Amino acid sequence: MFGFEEIKKSFLTSLWFMFLTFPIMVIRVNTVQNIVEWRWERMFMIGIGSFFLSFLWRYLLERKELGQKKADLGEVDSIPWNRRIAREPRFYIPALIAICVFVLVFPFTFSLYQTTIMITALIYVITGLGLNIVVGLAGLLDLGYVAFYAVGAYSYALLNYHFGLGFWTVLPIGAGMGLIFGILLGFPVLRLKGDYLAIVTLGFGEIIRLVLENWNDFSFGPSGIANIPRPGLFGIQMSLHQATIYLYFVMIFLVLVTIFVVRRLQDSRIGRAWIALREDEVACQAMGIDKTWTKLSAFAMGATWAGMAGVVFAAKTTFINPASFTLWESIIILCVVVLGGMGSVIGVIFGALTLILLPEYLRAFSEYRLLIFGAVLVVMMVFRPGGIVSPERRIYQFKGTAPDKPKAEASTPG
Amino acid sequence: MEPILQVNALTMDFGGLRALDRLDLEIGQREIVALIGPNGAGKTTFFNCLTGIYPPTEGEMLIRRPDRKTKKLNGLKPNHVTEAGLARTFQNIRLFQNMTVLENVMIGRHCRTSAGIIGAIAKNKATRQEENKIVEDSYAVLEKIGLAEFVNEFAKNLPYGAQRRLEIARAMATEPFLLLLDEPAAGMNPLETRELDELIVRIRDQEGITILLIEHDMKLVMSLSDRIYVVDYGKKIAQGTPQEIKNNPAVIKAYLGEDADA
Repeated sequence: MFGFEEIKKSFLTSLWFMFLTFPIMVIRVNTVQNIVEWRWERMFMIGIGSFFLSFLWRYLLERKELGQKKADLGEVDSIPWNRRIAREPRFYIPALIAICVFVLVFPFTFSLYQTTIMITALIYVITGLGLNIVVGLAGLLDLGYVAFYAVGAYSYALLNYHFGLGFWTVLPIGAGMGLIFGILLGFPVLRLKGDYLAIVTLGFGEIIRLVLENWNDFSFGPSGIANIPRPGLFGIQMSLHQATIYLYFVMIFLVLVTIFVVRRLQDSRIGRAWIALREDEVACQAMGIDKTWTKLSAFAMGATWAGMAGVVFAAKTTFINPASFTLWESIIILCVVVLGGMGSVIGVIFGALTLILLPEYLRAFSEYRLLIFGAVLVVMMVFRPGGIVSPERRIYQFKGTAPDKPKAEASTPG
Repeated sequence: MEPILQVNALTMDFGGLRALDRLDLEIGQREIVALIGPNGAGKTTFFNCLTGIYPPTEGEMLIRRPDRKTKKLNGLKPNHVTEAGLARTFQNIRLFQNMTVLENVMIGRHCRTSAGIIGAIAKNKATRQEENKIVEDSYAVLEKIGLAEFVNEFAKNLPYGAQRRLEIARAMATEPFLLLLDEPAAGMNPLETRELDELIVRIRDQEGITILLIEHDMKLVMSLSDRIYVVDYGKKIAQGTPQEIKNNPAVIKAYLGEDADA
């Protein structure tokens, strides 16, 4: 099945590539000596390189399709790795311990720079988990999510500037502001779905940013707000390094809280309603679910986490201006959710860590950094369209055998 | 006979098109009533008006349950109609494909339960009990409909006939007093149709649920229904027992055309 035909196709691809790159890769006009240099060896390199890349690509696609066929026929004997780890205690207990130890020693063993980018990644974990409620569970494509993040950040900055409120006081206020703005945005978009919804949310995100940029009296415009204090700990004076480590642990704590709450929401009556709304809006309403309330609650619950993450962001950078809250941020957060695996908590965590840490570590490749980053995204979406971690939503499974005495249990894979 | 559902002069216009034209309909308790008519006669539009998906242009829809106050269905949102006790299935199956059979039915329990966001996060005793109750009740419904063997399957992996029955199970979970079935036998083989026939009679006899169904399978309609309404171009052209309908010239004309015997 995978033989001569494929080799021929790859060969043709490489010929085509050699032809296409010929003018730039082979010919060089030396303007000093007025001669044309022919660099034929380059052509061969291109040929061989593209041949193998194309062959590898085809081979992987073929394998993926075979796997798909098997899955359709229901003859998959291997459970996805993430479920296998989650199911067997001898796998997941050591894994959990390893993760805990790593998380605890991380800021003490690695440099300040590493800790700082880890904090950024953790902020994206929280926003990703929040957006996951809106996009992954309720199926509402929200491109203006960063607006709530901005609301949280500006809540902290302004309340601190005007009233001197501290981080821990503003954290719940920021979350509450996110919630309120989530409901405010929720109302106009209740009737919309799909592409229309995406465009309206995009507009909303831009409105918030433009207001912050232009309303100088309120938000200090593009010059932003500086000297935002870091989180305090009973008024103890901390050096920059200590403050960063402290913020790191604050973030770990907040991430755990987020995971806890998001999981609980997901596995509840409300969570089921969100998923039903995503699956079929008309049927969902006909089954007695209040569409308005369900959509609003999804928006509000998602926005709450963005508001909270915004407060942390302001406290981490100690300076905010509207440039931090562009459409690009919304898209990155959306990428975190899609790349990680929609509707999957662990997936979103993986997604955030990959998307935020990868560009940092790719700095070694300097100018090729974003090229590689883009290539990784494309490859990911081709070979794992469901995300890094396939959705591991808790599935209600009925395990009672005696019909008269059913027992409700649910397995929690992943 | 005291009607539990009374529809008076229901009219529905889509722009210039009159999909329903002053339609009257009454259903008594524990009746099985069929609504038949050629394609495009407005049967599904009628269901959509009843269940609040379309707001009717004119007319009124009333439910009169013996022990409750008369309630007007006009202007209610679909979810409130379901809460009032009307549950429906869809002509083209609209299950929650990526949810399990049990979860599909659990969604049906939504409007009879109340846990909110706080309850979901705190997971207090009341919420846990309610969740367990939802699972138990849903399983009980699946047993009644005969889908218990599929309980943990994904809805999309079910055989076609079972998907149709799952729609009925999901509707049953909302505790309706009137069940609206939109072409429940569409695409079923004769054996599945016979099972469906039995199931519908059982739902009426054992659960005391009144049934209004749209159906094209005449054999099923004739054996099942107590009374039949025939609509064509949005107008009611006949009503009566299966025997009466079978011999009604207007019905034959609507189905076979003006010069059917020429």
